Amino acid sequence: MSVAFKPDETFRDDFTFRNSPHAIRRFPLPFPEDKYMYSVNIEAHRPGPVGSVIEFAIDVDEHYVAECRERALVLQEDPLRFQAMPHMMSAQWDCLELIMESLSRDYPQHFTLERQGNRWVWTNRPLGIHQAFTFGDPATLPQQPLDYITRQVQGDWVVMDQREGDLWAEAGMVTTQADWSLNFDIGMSFKEWHGPVPLAHEMGVFDRALKYLLGLRLNEPVRRLNWTMTVNPRLDTSPETYHRWGTDRGSVTPQNVGDKVHLRVELQGLWRLPRSNGIVFSVRGYLISMRELATIPKWAKRVHRVLRDLHPALMDYKGLTRYRDTVVGYLAPFDDGAPTTPGTAPE
Amino acid sequence: MSHADTIAVRVVAVEQVTPQIKHFKLAAVDGSRLPAFSGGSHIIVVMRDVDRVHRNPYSLLGIPGELETYEIAVRRMEQSRGGSQFMHDTVQVGSTLEIAHPVNLFGLSKIGRKHILIAGGVGITPILAQMEDLHQDSVPYEIHYSVRSPEHAAFLARLGNRAAERLNVYYDSSGDAIDFDGLLSTQPLGTHFYVCGPAGMIQLVLAKAREWGWPESHIHWEQFSAPPAGEAFDVHLAKASLDVHVVPDQSLLECIEAAGVEVPYLCRGGVCGFCRTDVLELDGELIHNDHYLSDEEKASGRVIMPCVSRARCRKLVLDL
Repeated sequence: MSVAFKPDETFRDDFTFRNSPHAIRRFPLPFPEDKYMYSVNIEAHRPGPVGSVIEFAIDVDEHYVAECRERALVLQEDPLRFQAMPHMMSAQWDCLELIMESLSRDYPQHFTLERQGNRWVWTNRPLGIHQAFTFGDPATLPQQPLDYITRQVQGDWVVMDQREGDLWAEAGMVTTQADWSLNFDIGMSFKEWHGPVPLAHEMGVFDRALKYLLGLRLNEPVRRLNWTMTVNPRLDTSPETYHRWGTDRGSVTPQNVGDKVHLRVELQGLWRLPRSNGIVFSVRGYLISMRELATIPKWAKRVHRVLRDLHPALMDYKGLTRYRDTVVGYLAPFDDGAPTTPGTAPE
Repeated sequence: MSHADTIAVRVVAVEQVTPQIKHFKLAAVDGSRLPAFSGGSHIIVVMRDVDRVHRNPYSLLGIPGELETYEIAVRRMEQSRGGSQFMHDTVQVGSTLEIAHPVNLFGLSKIGRKHILIAGGVGITPILAQMEDLHQDSVPYEIHYSVRSPEHAAFLARLGNRAAERLNVYYDSSGDAIDFDGLLSTQPLGTHFYVCGPAGMIQLVLAKAREWGWPESHIHWEQFSAPPAGEAFDVHLAKASLDVHVVPDQSLLECIEAAGVEVPYLCRGGVCGFCRTDVLELDGELIHNDHYLSDEEKASGRVIMPCVSRARCRKLVLDL
């Protein structure tokens, strides 16, 4: 299927990002029921329904070109958003192969990969890139392999080395994050970089998740959804730029809440990498404004109830404290109190 | 972790490399490239025998970057329940098998500054692939390979060609032995030790490494146990409400699978811990053969690794 890109959208300054009706209907709502609490909600990352965000291993949608430009802007200002420790080079090539193979297989009209042994030629038509290189030789690419390829794909990518019964975040491209920093977390173990998450440690979530991931198999990737909320359709809500967006939380009013407040859903994918035996963790963010969300009656009711009844510790961790009541007030008129059908389908 | 998506492979070469070891090359039946892997990985080979299915782990010994074929070596086990005998007696060029994607439970530490690879006998197989990875990355390493006698020394030419002066071979028949104390006491900081071989060799290295004060994180070992045969016994699977009879020459895991119940696993050799199963009731004793459970867990009688362990009992109820 061919994607109609919206190359001029912005995720800063004038914030012209919008979802088309098609993008709204395929939005990955993370709430299968009217309440929310953590769970180890991991499932096999198998191809999902046609047109959904999980139809393919890596989703390319109408925001692709604009998101790649946004990433380039962030990197220009702060090159430390990409980092890779020296021992992660084989994992970098693993990631490049994974992304190039997936995109060229699933979107052949947009991407082409030609391989003859280690001589590879990569064509990315939406971004106008044509690159011949030698797989395994970093000198034949304009950037390091992970840097090069993640400039051409949506979402953040963190690469973990597996050793000593743990996973260590030791390479990554992180420009569209929900308030965490690769520069701060790089080199940390699995539980260290999840340190700030409330409640889940006590629930044993990370013990189980780590054990599960250590046994993650080649060719059997997994996924889960996570979520938070963001004021304005800003992809780069990083600690490094907090001075630019932190005060946005105080700008939400009953008049502007529908357009300003966005549900931010992360489709997180995890793949075992073949040559390095590492794991790559992708965090693909999807944004939807409350006004767009409310065009789906079931979702308006569902999100109203989830936010109204959210555990205070989660509300605080997700940074919703200052404007949660305003959002609940906006969504309340859409909720007639009638039961919702199970699952997340729009109906 | 039960694997619907196995890869169909055809045997394209078989060579008897020692009196006990056969070397097999496997290529994808559909002609495609096999998945890339890292040195130290193993595959589960699925063998469809006349009256049963064998699933045995074998280390990949070929060059990780060369993916036209996978290479494995199989030692004929005298006490075999059939897997290695099947590979030796039935499998020939042209035979088809199924394999699962590679898994690495014996990976090289990427932050290691120097690597000492110790092999006993057929334990050389994962180390051959690790050698290729280390060569590729130009990281210092040494190989110490202990075998009974020259005729039992598999893959010597390949080792010598790649490792050259980094290869040290020890023949029991000549009275040579690896000087573990010497090796463990003279390494620079950041050195990692890897051992693959018979249980006695691994135990000796682990004990000596502890004596010399090595951190556990720098000592790596792998030994797949073949599930030993034993007495027949009966098991009740509580969740499935099934009774399973375990015959003398099949493992508990194989019998559970034959009854249609899936148990997650990675290695089927008592190492990875994935098939760990809770024991709900036991009238008798468990015979633990794994390398995963702690001594306390083994003594508790509350948990079992069905891939290699059995029971001598009147009643056993598992949480499956």
